[in-house]
Amino acid sequence: MEKRISTFEELYNACDTHEQPIYEISQLHEAEISDMQIPEVRIKVKKSLDAMKEAITAGLHSKELSISGMCGDDCWKLQKRFEQKHALFGKLYEKIVTYALATSEENLRMGKIVACPTAGSCGIVPAVLVAVSESLGVSEKEQIDALITAGEIGRIISNKIQLAGAVGGCQAECGVAAAMSAGALTQMRGGSVRQVLNAVALAIKNLLGLTCDPVCGLVEIPCVKRNPFLAIHAVTASEMAMAGIESKIPIDEVIDAMEQTGKLMSPMLKESSQAGLARTKTALKLEEKLKLL
Amino acid sequence: MRQSSIIDIISPIMVGPSSSHTAGAVRLGLLARNIYSGQPANVTFKLYNSYASTGKGHGTDKGILAGFLGLSVDDVRIRNIFDLDIARSINYSFQYLQDFNRHPNAVDIVIKGTPNISISGDSIGAGEVVVNKIDDFSVNLTGKYNTLLLVYKDIPGMISSVTSKISVNIASLNCDRYAKGEDASMCIALDGEVSDEVINILKNLPSVYIVRYIRKLDS
Repeated sequence: MEKRISTFEELYNACDTHEQPIYEISQLHEAEISDMQIPEVRIKVKKSLDAMKEAITAGLHSKELSISGMCGDDCWKLQKRFEQKHALFGKLYEKIVTYALATSEENLRMGKIVACPTAGSCGIVPAVLVAVSESLGVSEKEQIDALITAGEIGRIISNKIQLAGAVGGCQAECGVAAAMSAGALTQMRGGSVRQVLNAVALAIKNLLGLTCDPVCGLVEIPCVKRNPFLAIHAVTASEMAMAGIESKIPIDEVIDAMEQTGKLMSPMLKESSQAGLARTKTALKLEEKLKLL
Repeated sequence: MRQSSIIDIISPIMVGPSSSHTAGAVRLGLLARNIYSGQPANVTFKLYNSYASTGKGHGTDKGILAGFLGLSVDDVRIRNIFDLDIARSINYSFQYLQDFNRHPNAVDIVIKGTPNISISGDSIGAGEVVVNKIDDFSVNLTGKYNTLLLVYKDIPGMISSVTSKISVNIASLNCDRYAKGEDASMCIALDGEVSDEVINILKNLPSVYIVRYIRKLDS
């Protein structure tokens, strides 16, 4: 490859020049930097994909609580509800929200998950990717293509912003996961490179400023429930992009805005549990209770 | 500057709940295990700042012990590590400390045995870690590369006499010393493997005291 790709514009140009989708450019680049062949890269990606599916299955079948006892049985409740009464938005919606919740609950009970990009945001990409694949009968090859696309989106964003709540707030964790999902979903549905990038931009634009204020400093409240919310957010972004709706602010500039927003965000709202939800009356009570554990 | 990788973004496959506080802790434990090749009699894990205040709820204590005992980040036994037989094979203890001069997720792993050694590192986000101090030497170990660590006398020509014995490509090279002419350390991250033969040659170089080959982490 001629040049290292570090912005979305460069990615678009490479796709345009070579007339290739994002995943082909990306898997070639990955093979080159890691001294692997493309099939080896895809095997690694498949390993993550398989682990995502295992985490969903495990999460759907458990209602064990976390060490703190604060979370862990909400996916169970959601499944029970859907058994009795279907969701307004139908079966696929049910799958997406339960898969996202199943994965992030599996995470907090110290089950095996895939950090994508982080553990706190681990439910978003798998929920969208796996639920849609099951519903639309997407082949494994295309699922891997989509996950590579997701990885490429996260990789480019991570060139600008460290994907950590302590650095950029939750916009840099769940926000990026939603952007990755939006792009991957658009790829999976046959969207153009332009549409994939618009989905990413739209997803991020509507999450700018999302803080990281975990109660008791744990990846539980509000992280767990945020995963299903943002999985649906990703679908909305993809729908708009597939309709040809464009982000008026180009994606690279959106990332710049995200970086700036992260820098301007008070450190009290960046994974330090010194403000926001973490300092509410109830959060302080939970903190006291936890000290007795 | 390291090129970013898509595999890093869609991994690791790990036991939750936190990439920095759980997977990072396991990897710091694993790195300490790889650095310390002897049989430890006693280990103290000093957890700092966020690692101290939220470590219990994140399983940081379980993770770092599990890593030190050789479990990988995706081993589901981590959650029950305190009850496993392998955990009964060593004496370990935890200390929870606050020190604002340290990274939010810092740890000291103090190992008593033959030899005594103290290893300090940080979990810098998304499961990435760095060991930055071994005893009093500054080092830079991330677990991403096979790394040679040498302690030697700081005399002219040491770097070239060491690197000339290594045929694989060097990814990075960090040196530190107490003072001019005194004990020094060299941390050489490699793109490939070195043989036992090369390690023995390095060990026999004049004025080289310690050579340790620290293997990269699998995940």
